[in-house]
Amino acid sequence: MATHEHPDHHEHHDNHSELGPMDLRVRALESVLTAKGYIDPAALEVLIDTYQTRIGPRNGARVVARAWADPVFRERLLRDVGSATSAIAELGYGGRQGEQMLVVENTPQQHHLVVCTLCSCYPWPVLGLPPAWYKSAAYRSRAVKDPRGVLADFGVALPQGTEVRVWDSTAELRYMVLPLRPAGTESMSEEQLAALVTRDSMVGAGLALAPGTAP
Amino acid sequence: MTYQTFADLGGEGGDCGFGRVLPEPEGELFHAAWEPRALAVTLAMGATGSWNIDASRGARETLPGYRALGYYEVWITGLERLLRERGLVQADELAAGRMLHAALPVARVLRAADVPQVLAKGAPTERPATTAARFKVGQRVRTQAAPAAHHTRLPGYARGRCGTVERVHGAHVFADAHARGLGESPQWLYTVVFAGTELWADAAPGLTVSVDAWEPYLDTVA
Repeated sequence: MATHEHPDHHEHHDNHSELGPMDLRVRALESVLTAKGYIDPAALEVLIDTYQTRIGPRNGARVVARAWADPVFRERLLRDVGSATSAIAELGYGGRQGEQMLVVENTPQQHHLVVCTLCSCYPWPVLGLPPAWYKSAAYRSRAVKDPRGVLADFGVALPQGTEVRVWDSTAELRYMVLPLRPAGTESMSEEQLAALVTRDSMVGAGLALAPGTAP
Repeated sequence: MTYQTFADLGGEGGDCGFGRVLPEPEGELFHAAWEPRALAVTLAMGATGSWNIDASRGARETLPGYRALGYYEVWITGLERLLRERGLVQADELAAGRMLHAALPVARVLRAADVPQVLAKGAPTERPATTAARFKVGQRVRTQAAPAAHHTRLPGYARGRCGTVERVHGAHVFADAHARGLGESPQWLYTVVFAGTELWADAAPGLTVSVDAWEPYLDTVA
């Protein structure tokens, strides 16, 4: 993938001694809610740890690798919401913001792209928290109008004849894209395959990596 | 109110006025130390059962200056609003950063030990259907054109447009009712697909866009 740019407002605030207005505001809110007994501070730590270390796009990558390796699993994954949700649950993933999953398969004829123009609905159990670009006005405005332009921002150029289907996640169904399996991967294990599956490819904003290019 | 999304703003085609999309590496989840705190405090308060997810979205998306706020800033501003509206926290407490009034009872408090099972359970929205589905796969439908005067999930760009029912998903909690405290009022949910040219005059050939639409958003095509 091309080099990553960072907008100015994405400054890192790693130095905790310099607290900005949002740090103070969230800290104040946390203090009041804790004092009132509405929240358990220990639960906050578990929530943060869960989404930083346990629930992320490597989950989805394992689902994709299994689908590439196992035609029966693939068929169940693509059949319908109930079947996809239970196939994903077999690998241990499900629950909040992935209660009802639909998986759509990219083919040479049709490329799928997922967006939530209304807020930022995203399949948390398989992909984790949405990245900043998925939540951005730029993505949410352009994905439904000019998906090829958005893909160009990710360095992806689809063949001219490929149709593009955009899924706007307006209800509680959550979408994941099954990317095209790269050529030259026939002899790879599921673990090796999973390393080729990027987060962006499971949103449809990228392609799976070619063998030999995985980090 | 007309439910506008970012997609309803700006000109046709790629000219949306928000610039290009900026990809990021996979590990980059937060961009400030307060963001994970904002996430966690919002999830923990949601778990108290003091409001539902649709009320929460409604509170966020009708904030003054919504489009100018950052993502987690919207979450925190929306959370403060819900807390104030329900009397759980008062404005002077937010300003002071400490408790000044007695707590109100909440239905549940999310304990650390319960987090894994609460996340794993989630909140499925499918409910038993009590009516037959009005539309079937392959049927042409027109989306409601009139703006809704409340929280709704039909994007402005898909209002008053003709599409085709592609999938029927059973009855699901109806966001428009749920957000307003009118109960779950389950309605049939459909994936409706539109030709790009039905939505945008200058859509590229081969583009199709779908939304998930509850039955009250849809009507037959005359």
